[in-house]
Amino acid sequence: MELNNEALLDIHHRMVRIRTFETEAGKLAEAGKIPGALHLYVGQEAVASGIMAHLSNDDWITSTHRGHGHLIAKGGEFGKMFAELFGRATGYCKGKGGSMHISNMDLGMLGANGIVGAGPPIAVGAAFSIKYRNVQNVAVTFFGDGASNEGSFHEAANMAALYKLPMLFVCENNGYGEYTPQANHQAIVDVADRAAGYGMPGVVVDGMDAVAVYEAADAAIERAKAGDGPSLLECKTYRFFDHVGVRGMGLSYRTDEELAEWQKRDPIHMFEARLAELDVLSKEDAVKIHESVLADVQEGIEFAENSPMPDPATLLEDVYA
Amino acid sequence: MAEQRELTYIAAVAEASRTVLLEQENAFIAGEDVAGAGGVFGSYRGILDEFGDERIVDTPISEEGIIGLGVGAAATGLRPIVDIMFMDFMGECMDEIANQMAKMRYMFGGSASLPITVITMSGGGMNMAAQHSQSLEAWICHLPGLKVVAPSTPYDVKGLIISASRDDNPVFVVLNKLSLGNRGHVPEESYTVPLGEASVVREGSDVSIVTYSRMVGESISAANTLSENGIEAEVLDLRSLQPMDTEAIVASVKKTQRVVVVHEAVRFGGLGGEIAAQIQEDAFDYLDAPVARVGAPFSPVPFSPVLEQAYIPNAGRIVTEVNELLNAA
Repeated sequence: MELNNEALLDIHHRMVRIRTFETEAGKLAEAGKIPGALHLYVGQEAVASGIMAHLSNDDWITSTHRGHGHLIAKGGEFGKMFAELFGRATGYCKGKGGSMHISNMDLGMLGANGIVGAGPPIAVGAAFSIKYRNVQNVAVTFFGDGASNEGSFHEAANMAALYKLPMLFVCENNGYGEYTPQANHQAIVDVADRAAGYGMPGVVVDGMDAVAVYEAADAAIERAKAGDGPSLLECKTYRFFDHVGVRGMGLSYRTDEELAEWQKRDPIHMFEARLAELDVLSKEDAVKIHESVLADVQEGIEFAENSPMPDPATLLEDVYA
Repeated sequence: MAEQRELTYIAAVAEASRTVLLEQENAFIAGEDVAGAGGVFGSYRGILDEFGDERIVDTPISEEGIIGLGVGAAATGLRPIVDIMFMDFMGECMDEIANQMAKMRYMFGGSASLPITVITMSGGGMNMAAQHSQSLEAWICHLPGLKVVAPSTPYDVKGLIISASRDDNPVFVVLNKLSLGNRGHVPEESYTVPLGEASVVREGSDVSIVTYSRMVGESISAANTLSENGIEAEVLDLRSLQPMDTEAIVASVKKTQRVVVVHEAVRFGGLGGEIAAQIQEDAFDYLDAPVARVGAPFSPVPFSPVLEQAYIPNAGRIVTEVNELLNAA
């Protein structure tokens, strides 16, 4: 797929939607308005947006505990998302999943997941399904550097390569497995190296550069659809907020200087600079997009706040079909 | 009367699998050694030749991957039958079972359906020792979102597998290794045994033996011995463990006023405790004696044939338990 102006603006819009939603969600969480835990995606927007720009609702993804960004990039509506975070009946999961399990089958989003590494085997199943039905789609599993140490990732990678499934393994290496730096949880620098052990290509991608992500995904999807099997894309990125919430639990596991270094490579700022340079989007128009998305987010919050809580009588619904 | 067609317990698995693949174009089978080898127990003999390698798939030895394959395929429109060779291996895939398969529909607010059939083997008696002999059905019965059946006869094997495959929920079919060669009537045509329905396999008025899987046979044999001494035991084969046919249990208790629950699983924390609790909740006033339980002792399954025989419940122990129960009353 050619990265024309329309596609560039589409990726930009996805990134701004994620950033704005997550920033506002973080404020609401800090104000105590959202029950439970929130794992926010700010800083990693280029990954979800660059990948999802290729996908339709008939392509499946599995997500992680840090899943809002994936759902937004796949087309998630703010109102239903906030309603889910607020535990309302109008949420994507009728208030039964919350942040860590937010999903939407119609959009091809097989759920955020509270279990690190649980997604890749499920995506193998989705990719198997695509191959079985002989349709031209792909399954994409998002996971972190931390999840690449789970056995489930390795079983899934082996099976996907063995069956030549139409699948992408997208590792969002944000440098930390929860609070433990990568150097303390694995002896390798590039998770992409693990691909070789399963007979699939492994590519290191600048995860702060949406164009780089987009182009790497393009090649991997083409390969997957040609029947040549899965690829592993390792997108080097960074979590601007804490593991949980915005400021998190105040654990001293990384430095302000490190954060500031990465923020210099803010994926949205870099992308907007590029768009301005290419005369695709002026700074003024970019501001307008941010404002318009913020208005959408606020509308979504309002929808959620005005939505009913679930009726306790629905407690036992949906346990079984 | 024409002679009834008979099949072994294990041949009923193969026939049920074949029936499912014929009836449902989105059904496929995946597991370790299922295709080329036809299953280590012969569960899928002939399926590869008849249906080809798109419908039956050998997997790596990767139980978490196998269950994940089932979950993802089911959520996206297929109807997988996945085989976990020994139930003991559930430890390798418990996250995909407990946190994904069982919960996905609920967590997604009902938007996902997971029509998965998991076929697995339980039970001892084959000198396979502690890691290949367990009866771990209580693990999965404790997980809302799953259904669990444990057939005792070839007839029920076929009927329950076909029912499981037509259900839009994950259903575990817990088979029993020592029963594989048992023969019994199995109609050639497709039929179902409904999920959640127990069966009175022997009528009696003095005591109810509530049981399932291979212990049904041991219980019938115990009932025959008891009958020689004038004690008529009713044997209730639960067949489905989740959902459980509490109504049938209570009906039997009301009839006999005395109950022994029998299972091969370890007694502590086994389903017997749950069944006893349900009986005291729903039929306390009908009981003439406390609910008795026969199960394995609190120990891993031992290897040596002598030790294993001492470990696994049998007809003799059921007879002893019933006699003690009746004498105490």
